[in-house]
Amino acid sequence: MKSLKKIFLNGIVDENPIFRLMLGLCPTLAVTTAAINGVGMGLAATFVLVGSNLVVSLLKKLIPEKIRIPAFIVIIATFVTVVQLVMEATLPSLFNALGIFIPLIVVNCIILSRAEIFASKNTPLAAVIDGLGMGLGFTLAITLLAAFRELLGNGTLFGLTVMGSTYEPALIFIMAPGGFILLGFILAFLNAMRKEGA
Amino acid sequence: MTGFTKIVLIVISAALVNNYVLSRYLGICPFLGVSKKVETAVGMSAAVTFVMVMASVITFLVQDLILQPTWLAKLGVENIPDLRFLQTIAFILVIASLVQFVEMMIQKTNPSLYSALGVYLPLITTNCAVLGVAVINIREGYNLVETVANSFGAAIGFGLAIILFAGIRERLEYSDIPKPFIGFPIALIAAGLMSVAFLGFNGLIG
Repeated sequence: MKSLKKIFLNGIVDENPIFRLMLGLCPTLAVTTAAINGVGMGLAATFVLVGSNLVVSLLKKLIPEKIRIPAFIVIIATFVTVVQLVMEATLPSLFNALGIFIPLIVVNCIILSRAEIFASKNTPLAAVIDGLGMGLGFTLAITLLAAFRELLGNGTLFGLTVMGSTYEPALIFIMAPGGFILLGFILAFLNAMRKEGA
Repeated sequence: MTGFTKIVLIVISAALVNNYVLSRYLGICPFLGVSKKVETAVGMSAAVTFVMVMASVITFLVQDLILQPTWLAKLGVENIPDLRFLQTIAFILVIASLVQFVEMMIQKTNPSLYSALGVYLPLITTNCAVLGVAVINIREGYNLVETVANSFGAAIGFGLAIILFAGIRERLEYSDIPKPFIGFPIALIAAGLMSVAFLGFNGLIG
């Protein structure tokens, strides 16, 4: 069995869900108009990921092979409902900013794929660590993209003005096309870095 | 505004102005995953259209009859149960079983299409556009006819985007692209440019 540290780092670097596996792109592009939304979305998904990985791993012997996917989805949906209710009660402004993408965490492919690939085959402890690593990898990537978009499209970072008053915000970056284009450039940059490093 | 005009406006708005893929960012996974060939893109969008419209109708009924049963008031029932917190779970179960049904149907009637769509068919379950449309229908407070119109428009928009995009990607295969951009990066940038084009529909409906 791989060491826990390796499992943890796997999600952040080697198999970063967004930059390497290209999973969970809808929320990645949709909520990243401001850095704070990226952090909120990332942490919400991390919570669901850790919770569902733990439960799936605990129940792996009880869930029949044939209906495992619906079973996983119900487990994930339960955790999403928890996040939804807690966030609505405690952080209403973030809840409104993320809007429809909170219930849509259910269909975030990262979570289902970790349940299927990892949690259903490993011990509960390893599954939790994997969930944490993947979740933080997702959070880092989504926050990075959101920070770039907020900086270029609004001239601010986490709501603070950074670029100075002479900066003319390039609105396109917080509109729909900017998300696609910026993510494309970030991926190309990472590809180029990797080729040189290898 | 007459009822019919409103329906037409909902369809156009869902398909073009607020295109679910290119301006609301729903359903990006199949959009990038199944768009390498025009043929599979057509099959995928047909499957999505069917699932999306069916799922919207069924989730609408589930919401109206079970989760938020205001009709009980007419029967004189007091203490109407409010089960809206179960929305996410109920909707995803409806969609998952519907997808299973469509999968079995395509497998029986059209094996070649089935093998072409491969792993992406079960993935319609996790196509956020399907659940997204269902949730948006409820949030917008659409009635049954408007629900059908909105989900049909969304499906048309999804199909339009994915088929056009597949056409672009077939061309990209033969283009000379800088090495780091090959694959997903150039596809994302192409999608971004398409999204710019769709911005042009803004203001089509005042």
